[in-house]
Amino acid sequence: MSKSKRSSLFYFSSPQTFYPLAGRMQPWFAGLAVLFCLVGLYIGFLVAPTDAQQGESYRIIFIHVPAAWMSMFIYLVMGFWCGVGLVFNTRLSSMWATSLAPTGAIFTFIALWTGALWGKPTWGTWWVWDARLTSELILLFLYIGFMALQAAIDDQRRADKAGAVLALVGVINIPIIYFSVQWWSTLHQGSSVSMKSAPTMAMTMFAGMIVMALGFWMYSIAAALSRVRCVILERERHTEWVMAEIGGQK
Amino acid sequence: MNWQSWSHFFAMGGYGLYVWGSYAVTLVVLVAEIVALIMRRRGVIESLTKYYEARGRNNETKA
Repeated sequence: MSKSKRSSLFYFSSPQTFYPLAGRMQPWFAGLAVLFCLVGLYIGFLVAPTDAQQGESYRIIFIHVPAAWMSMFIYLVMGFWCGVGLVFNTRLSSMWATSLAPTGAIFTFIALWTGALWGKPTWGTWWVWDARLTSELILLFLYIGFMALQAAIDDQRRADKAGAVLALVGVINIPIIYFSVQWWSTLHQGSSVSMKSAPTMAMTMFAGMIVMALGFWMYSIAAALSRVRCVILERERHTEWVMAEIGGQK
Repeated sequence: MNWQSWSHFFAMGGYGLYVWGSYAVTLVVLVAEIVALIMRRRGVIESLTKYYEARGRNNETKA
């Protein structure tokens, strides 16, 4: 392999070269995920103090907020790869979009579930149809719709294109979720963390949330890498290298 | 330290059901995804092995 070819940005955009790289990276991200989550749980349960207003129920936010962040972030990454796939017709970008959707859906579900369990003792209700909760529920339907649409179309290229259009139209929902608590009067509280000012919460609580978010982030990368490797094998089964790869597994 | 004993820890100041209900479901869902990914990889390798074997037999009969 010549040096110039290896240093090219597009070298790893081919499924054949990316597959082994993904296999080497996956354990590192999985390890970091476990590490960050353990440290985050330690801070969240043993270091962070009891909240003056919410008591111990606030400890749900150490998974609720990171899961909600990941649910939106994964959708943006998925939308990005859908856009790249539509414009450049690159196989690996569509494979990435397909591989990210289930993990995104899982974090959306976790955000909704933990939100309900936090809402019951804090607001007195499991669910309200306010802008934040409703738009997050729509996000879950977008993920499920994307996966169902892709699964329903046999022709892989058409499935990728249809899924990409759906996902890209759905990107509009992300700023709606994010800014819903400012744009409308919602039961859901505003953000305690912003890019512009210091967080309006105790430093240890903030640290626990950030470390858990890093853990979920690393987990998402590890899960998506595992899934994209399966998708590569399935979709590239007609190639010589996959045949050799499978032969080497026996 | 926030907790005097294990029972205090599990009680979560009366919010045990909500706090542990959140953490338990999160753990179950993530573990389920990991198991599903491991099974998917095994399934892909198994089905592709059969696929190549069948294709190999097909080529032999044709030739």
